[in-house]
Amino acid sequence: MVTKSENRRSFGVLNKLSHVALAVWAILIIYPLIFTFLAAFKNNTEIFIGNPFALPSEWDFGSFGRAWTEANVGQYFINSLVVVFFSTLGTMVLGAMAAYVLARYDFIGNRVIYFLFVAGLAFPVYLALTPLYIVVQELGLLGTHTGLILVYIAYSLPFTVFFLAAFFKTLPNAVAEAAMIDGASHTRLFFTVMMPMAKPGLISITIFNIIGQWNQYVLPVSLLPGGAEGQEKWLLTQGIASISTAAGYQADWPALFAALSIAIIPMIIVYTIFQRQIQSGLTAGAVK
Amino acid sequence: MRQGKYPFVIGFLIAPLALYAMFVLRPIAAAVQVSMTNWSGLSPNFDFVGLENFQKLIDDDKVWLAAKHHVFLLVTLPVITIALALFFAFLLNMGGGTRGGTMTGVWGSKFYRVVFFLPQVLAVVIVGVIFGRVYAPDGSGILNRFLELFGVDAVQWMADWGLWSILGVLVWQAVGFYVVLFAAGMSSIPAEIYEAAVMDGANRITIFFRVTIPLLMETVKVAWVYLGILAMDAFALVMVLSIDEGGPDGATTVLPVQIYKSGIRESDYGYASALGVALAVFTIIFAVLSLRGGKRDAVEH
Repeated sequence: MVTKSENRRSFGVLNKLSHVALAVWAILIIYPLIFTFLAAFKNNTEIFIGNPFALPSEWDFGSFGRAWTEANVGQYFINSLVVVFFSTLGTMVLGAMAAYVLARYDFIGNRVIYFLFVAGLAFPVYLALTPLYIVVQELGLLGTHTGLILVYIAYSLPFTVFFLAAFFKTLPNAVAEAAMIDGASHTRLFFTVMMPMAKPGLISITIFNIIGQWNQYVLPVSLLPGGAEGQEKWLLTQGIASISTAAGYQADWPALFAALSIAIIPMIIVYTIFQRQIQSGLTAGAVK
Repeated sequence: MRQGKYPFVIGFLIAPLALYAMFVLRPIAAAVQVSMTNWSGLSPNFDFVGLENFQKLIDDDKVWLAAKHHVFLLVTLPVITIALALFFAFLLNMGGGTRGGTMTGVWGSKFYRVVFFLPQVLAVVIVGVIFGRVYAPDGSGILNRFLELFGVDAVQWMADWGLWSILGVLVWQAVGFYVVLFAAGMSSIPAEIYEAAVMDGANRITIFFRVTIPLLMETVKVAWVYLGILAMDAFALVMVLSIDEGGPDGATTVLPVQIYKSGIRESDYGYASALGVALAVFTIIFAVLSLRGGKRDAVEH
């Protein structure tokens, strides 16, 4: 009897300790984000000398306006949306097409092409950074969104093809055969039969690509140089990195925190709504 | 039907393959070539210089510092992240003790899982800028203000503890991903195994070390490779967070930063490409070694 109740007591202590550990980590995650959001409403004095755990004395929304227009965050945000929309769309269309024929058609060179795509997974983007810069420059695409979109697609293909090829292989043959007997062409079979069947895999990898491309930093910072004209083309990540170094000189810290809030709040909202899909989409690669 | 197969296959492959060859394969091949030239980018002329760039690389103190930092991150980042993630995942899945013979998660485990994973969807650069305020050296830094509550003097985080501070951000962002990954692995372990262990009188700590971890070994190895690749990067954090982009005096520099600086900023294409080749070789050796280690253990398992 004694051992049993002692056992139960140690369980109780353990339970409390687990809660403490989990709560501490949760606070470590949330607090810097809340601080960022609150600091957008504070003034410089409050941010630097005031209590970092306090609420702003006045809820001044002006910093958001300054960040959006004067610091160009609005422009960067829209640029990011445009680039990620087209690059993810392109990645999914081209990736699905390549993955599909590689997974389901026997032809000479199939293995070689598949291997070429998958080999891309092993090379860090930094290996080819300088030559990539030169290639983009030679094509006259340096400093353009078109160039960046094409590069995003190319660098997203290895994982997309690898993942979707495995997925297309698992789809049943019977449906495809039935459609072929009905006289469907290869192209129609792909768009009307196989794509809908592959929907779960396509959703996972779309989420994976959207988040990966939205968060890209080294590619835009290398391929969209600054300058008076170039800066208009910047994406959100590089724009904010640049504002953060400038914030010290211009002494408009609330605007920097407003810019950060503008960048993270949409992500947090989207994540809260789609957290299940996002979690499985992002971990899909590791589970494979 | 055989008739139409090749036009279809070619039609579907041509665009992705062309794009991939143009922007990935060609630059990779060029990187190896250019690494043996003295091309500065400013002039159209350049000479083949053999392994001169690699000689320069070996003599470059910054490169050795960067390599040292990668080794440091390669050890600390996976160990700390995996340990924390395993611990949290276990608490979330089984911290609630046994109820009717089955293990249950602690109260609120759904909420924790959502919060822990959150940093994963934020851009590394943005996270870096936020942590710039956390690590601010004066009294305005969040961390220093917190330490002040305990009477600890302000710490010069990025000047004195640069690499550790960057490691802290990497861990902060990565843990949640592996919590979700491990939690999924743990929930796929059959309940009977736990029931049997509980019947044998095992407590939760014994179960964690004797049952859960051995059964999760495969997932842990995947995590190790992923975190190792992350340790080879760290570009965005070092660029926005450290003093002088990799400083002070190279104290936080990593190879991608050196590549970016010498290639994009200084147009020393030959040398930057040599650095790129070195990083790729480093990464591939790591991946091959960990995957090979993984395979041997899998056979024993």
